[in-house]
Amino acid sequence: MTALPPQAVDAGPAAAPATARRDRLLTRVWRDPNGRIGVVVMTVMIVVGVLGAAQVLGHDPIDQHPEVRLRGPSGANWFGTDQFGRDILARTAEGIATSLRVAAVSVAIACVIGSVLGITAGFFGGWLDQVVGRLIDILFAFPAILLALAVVSALGSGWQNTAIAIAVVYTPIFARVARGPTLSVATAEYIKASRVLGIPIRRVLWRHVLPNVSPPIVVQTTLALSWAILTESALSFLGLGTQPPQPSLGLMVSDARDIVSIAWWTLAFPAAAIVLAVIGLNLLGDGLRSALDPRRESP
Amino acid sequence: MASWRWFAARIAGAVLTLLGVTIVVFVVLRTIPGDAISAALGIESGTLTPAQHAALEHYYGVDKPWIAQLVSWIGQLLQGNLGVSLTSGKPVAGLIGKALPVTVELAVLAAAIGTAAGVLLGMFAGSRPGHVRDSVTQGAGLLGLAIPEFVLGTVTVTLLAEAFAYFPDTGEYVPLTESVSGNLSQMLYPALVLSVGFAANVMRTTRSEYVEVAGADFIRTARGKGLRPGRIRLAYLLRNALVPIVTLTGIQFGYLLGGTVIIEQIFALPGMGRLLFTSINDRDYPIVQSTVLVIAALFVAINLIVDVLYRVIDPRTRET
Repeated sequence: MTALPPQAVDAGPAAAPATARRDRLLTRVWRDPNGRIGVVVMTVMIVVGVLGAAQVLGHDPIDQHPEVRLRGPSGANWFGTDQFGRDILARTAEGIATSLRVAAVSVAIACVIGSVLGITAGFFGGWLDQVVGRLIDILFAFPAILLALAVVSALGSGWQNTAIAIAVVYTPIFARVARGPTLSVATAEYIKASRVLGIPIRRVLWRHVLPNVSPPIVVQTTLALSWAILTESALSFLGLGTQPPQPSLGLMVSDARDIVSIAWWTLAFPAAAIVLAVIGLNLLGDGLRSALDPRRESP
Repeated sequence: MASWRWFAARIAGAVLTLLGVTIVVFVVLRTIPGDAISAALGIESGTLTPAQHAALEHYYGVDKPWIAQLVSWIGQLLQGNLGVSLTSGKPVAGLIGKALPVTVELAVLAAAIGTAAGVLLGMFAGSRPGHVRDSVTQGAGLLGLAIPEFVLGTVTVTLLAEAFAYFPDTGEYVPLTESVSGNLSQMLYPALVLSVGFAANVMRTTRSEYVEVAGADFIRTARGKGLRPGRIRLAYLLRNALVPIVTLTGIQFGYLLGGTVIIEQIFALPGMGRLLFTSINDRDYPIVQSTVLVIAALFVAINLIVDVLYRVIDPRTRET
């Protein structure tokens, strides 16, 4: 969902109301200089990731070619080769795909579960709110990376478990982000009115509460994605995330540690991919924040 | 009076949270991997004497239902018994006692450098919003947030080895009280690497608070009264921008405690992070759960201190 294709911005105002509203959001993100860079960077990352996952970059990311080991960037291997003669471009692209997949899966889980928990707790209050609030507090008592490490150590390594670990860390964050605005929306006149009119509670939550509390959740999503990419690569760097020979950006940096002084490209490209993805998501988040902030709306 | 009641409630809340943390650690690390000891003993049985074996089984009480295990574990924790390492047979409390000062010093050093640099850079950038210095500092801040610690650490270690033939000291930790230079030669570089992300966060918050406060009416009034710019900057601007900065610094400091895992690994420092990492790899669950618990407890304590601190800094928060 972060891949907001720039051309969608040009869709005319004749679209259906829901699309029109989304288009306006896209237009506003695009109008924000940070948001525009974020959209472009993330589009490029996703395209590269898809190309890498589809393995159409001319080299296999896992095949070893000892005869061309540690070659610098060239026409044959744009990003050079590693100590086993594997193509760095193909590996970086597939690593990007791995990172994006873990980030998307984990943040999707955290966003759905966290938002549902936060909205129901904030809307209904009472013991439910007490229990959810306590749970959030407890999970907040762990430094994030530590909680992820604890979960990974219990579940074992591999990308699915990394995704679960990141989801566990981010669920309470989404719950807290969703709960706050729900508290104020829950007492609003129009909610009372729709209750009095006998509209089913699920419909009230879906049609009236969710749209009003979604802006901070949307912004949080981009930050969560960037944190997820950092955490996935950190866990892989430690050898607790994605397992070899499956390429992963963190693992590539870890492999490059001993050879970086003679082969800078083994570190530079995977590291640059992580940095770019994180910067892109942060800028996208900035753009979304100013697009969604009513205070900054131009008259 | 009301202040005391607030304080007592806050402490009770922290204790309750800690109890919850203990239960979460117990559930995550005990019930999911199944019987941790027999799994570990299956491979490592040769390294443990029968007495240690019996002691471990007694400590775990593996035959008891899980709620009884939980209660007895908490009982043991309250007596300061953190269990025995499955791989080395040493008491976990002793291992943590040796590792904790390393991590705390690393975190304190990184936080001190990061806060100082972050506040100064934030004021520097925020004093001229939209100016070149603002854009450059903000860009650097974004880069500082986006570069993972393990990349920065790897690059730093490589550069230090190339340029100064400096290699991480893999020996024992030298306490600051023993030798200042020996200690700093171990701690300074990892602390600098850790402080980059910290500084970037503090810088961004300081900048946005600074810009926001600078637009407030009381700043215009202070200017109108003819107060010196230096005084306005410190006594009016910074003081009002301080609450979010202190909160952020506190939270970040807590994250540093947990986030030293990677840096301690790269710089070969014998701290909590390294202890946790090696015990995860060895499936040494008594160490894993105790290190996680100790760091979480510190984190809860820091959050409590931050809460108290900003009631001191910002009198408005005392009224509620």
